[in-house]
Amino acid sequence: MQRLFATMSSQNGSTRQLTYVDALREAVAQEMRRDARVFVMGLDVDDHKAIQGSTRGLMEEFGSERVFGTPLSEDAMTGVAIGAAMAGMRPIHVHIRMDFLMLCMNQLVNIAAKSHYMYGGQVRVPLVVRTMIGKSWGQGAQHSQGLHAMFMHVPGLKVVAPSNAHDAKGCMIAAIRDENPVIFVEHRLLYPIETHVPETSYEVPFGKARLCTAGKDITIVGISNMLVECLQAGELLAGIGIEAEVIDPISLVPLDVNTIADSANHTRRLLVVDTAWTTCGAGAEIIARVVEQSPPDQTIVMRRMGYAPTTCPTSPVLERAFYPDAIKIAQAAHAMVRPDAQAWQPDPERALLSHQAGFRGPF
Amino acid sequence: MNLGERIRPAAGTGDVEPADIERIYRSLRLIRRAEEKISQLYPSDKIKSPVHLSIGQEAISVGVCDALRADDVVSPTYRGHAAYLAKGGSLKAMFAELYGKTTGITGGVGGSMHLIDMSHNILGASAVVGTTIPVALGYALAGKRQGSDRIVAIFFGDGATEEGVFAESLNFAALHKLPALFVCENNFYAIHSPITERWATQRLCERVETYGIPSERIDDGDIWRIRDWTATAAMRLRRGEGPAFLECRTYRWREHVGPNEDYESGYRERTDLQPWIENDQILRLGRMIANARRMAIDTEIENEIEAAVAFAESSSFPDAAALCHNVFAER
Repeated sequence: MQRLFATMSSQNGSTRQLTYVDALREAVAQEMRRDARVFVMGLDVDDHKAIQGSTRGLMEEFGSERVFGTPLSEDAMTGVAIGAAMAGMRPIHVHIRMDFLMLCMNQLVNIAAKSHYMYGGQVRVPLVVRTMIGKSWGQGAQHSQGLHAMFMHVPGLKVVAPSNAHDAKGCMIAAIRDENPVIFVEHRLLYPIETHVPETSYEVPFGKARLCTAGKDITIVGISNMLVECLQAGELLAGIGIEAEVIDPISLVPLDVNTIADSANHTRRLLVVDTAWTTCGAGAEIIARVVEQSPPDQTIVMRRMGYAPTTCPTSPVLERAFYPDAIKIAQAAHAMVRPDAQAWQPDPERALLSHQAGFRGPF
Repeated sequence: MNLGERIRPAAGTGDVEPADIERIYRSLRLIRRAEEKISQLYPSDKIKSPVHLSIGQEAISVGVCDALRADDVVSPTYRGHAAYLAKGGSLKAMFAELYGKTTGITGGVGGSMHLIDMSHNILGASAVVGTTIPVALGYALAGKRQGSDRIVAIFFGDGATEEGVFAESLNFAALHKLPALFVCENNFYAIHSPITERWATQRLCERVETYGIPSERIDDGDIWRIRDWTATAAMRLRRGEGPAFLECRTYRWREHVGPNEDYESGYRERTDLQPWIENDQILRLGRMIANARRMAIDTEIENEIEAAVAFAESSSFPDAAALCHNVFAER
């Protein structure tokens, strides 16, 4: 992971190691310095915990008119952000868990997504909705949902889910500068992970997937923190001679189908791993789009992985069973590449992910 | 011309000039006649857009908008022809919109329920009740941050006050002292459900006042009182004193959606309508204008409406190739 981003960002001048959470904060701060129209709102963005540190220092630097806490009122606050965006501001509306976006659905779906179109181009809604998927330590039913597919369904919303600090910063800057509402999907377990991040301001453009590792045997697409699990699975697979081509879509709307389809048509195997349920999910969409633009006589073995089709439980044993992980992904990929081989049990020690071992609750 | 006691503003912010009467009469009458024209055209199926006519309720939009500045903002509802026209929205572009033509105010993608005219500071309307209230507050917030003294008048019906977002919005507006005029057009029905079956009490203004927002109820639809309240409230808002709330009782003369009356359907009685007809502000103002002058105004209005219909008729339909334009805004 770090190797990957060290090479990637060398073209962007001076870089250093930065966590995902600090990269988010730096992106917002740089944009707020550059553009007086940018402001940050949301419950507790200005408190001592500062949304897991992602808004730390912003209120002190930019003042309480540009960084302010809100009443819970997610419905009205989303409307206020939309109206301010239409009026020429650049709001960033922060939610500490994605589950709370269900209270914003009317505004996001009926107004934010549609206004530019249904008002004949007279208004635009340059709004960023920051939202975080939780996981582990008993987050449970309503603090752990990856609901990005709901937003992918609606024309007019962009959906981006960066998997690392470098892309978190670049995508955030691109989202703030975008002229449309952007659902910015973060993941709690990615927050402490460091990559090389350039000090200067830069954009990671939407609609361009990243080929993370090259391989000839199977294409594995990982969404949000599942990309980290997929890279780990790729290393496990390499140990038994299977070369995985791991792809990070980065943005889900717009989606870079070409990069994924080209890879899948090359490897003839496609496994999409989402941090969400599979039904009507991003994985289903990616696979459908790959099928639609592949030659009719092309045979690609395809599979989706995601949450178990149930509500997220809290007991650690059940929780582990609920999520895909590097071992399950590697096993699924192995079964796709070598369908006739015996089941394979990777070394669990090698599958440990440092960031997951490092996370302690409660939040 | 006898101005008489009837037109004296309740709070007395100034005398009403003959020019005021003519201007306001003209606005009221234009809206009424334009909607009657829509009603007349509707059976032809040339207007393929669900219309929610404001016939009978015009005085609220006109009274409020007449007291606003051109750079003030209004937020209409899906029953929004009145607010749109009262704030200066183009009649031609409205008819063309109803016809689904390229010359419509949104080019034929929005229809009657999504009128907008940003060149006259008219925000877009929504078909989802109450949804535009916080969006308009976002405008008020942005205006305040940008150092403007513009105010935002937010129209909504009695039904919208039952949405959670209404309470959320009142609280936020009061908390941040936003320059927002909340104007509730209480016509007693949410589609066909009477207010007595929806509200535990009728004390809406008292509810709003618990948020620290000064409130007033006008029961008789008196356009001068509406205009006067707005002018007074607007001065307070421009001084940064925070939002104000007005409940205007009124009556929807036609069916909820569509061109017709619906007094035969059993959910309300024609006798309920009668006092509102007798209280019609258009007739009232018309009587204050000399006959010859009024007839001249009426003729101008008829000509303007005919021209708008002709404009809509002669305009072209959009090219189907434009279907997916404006899904996303370009940088």
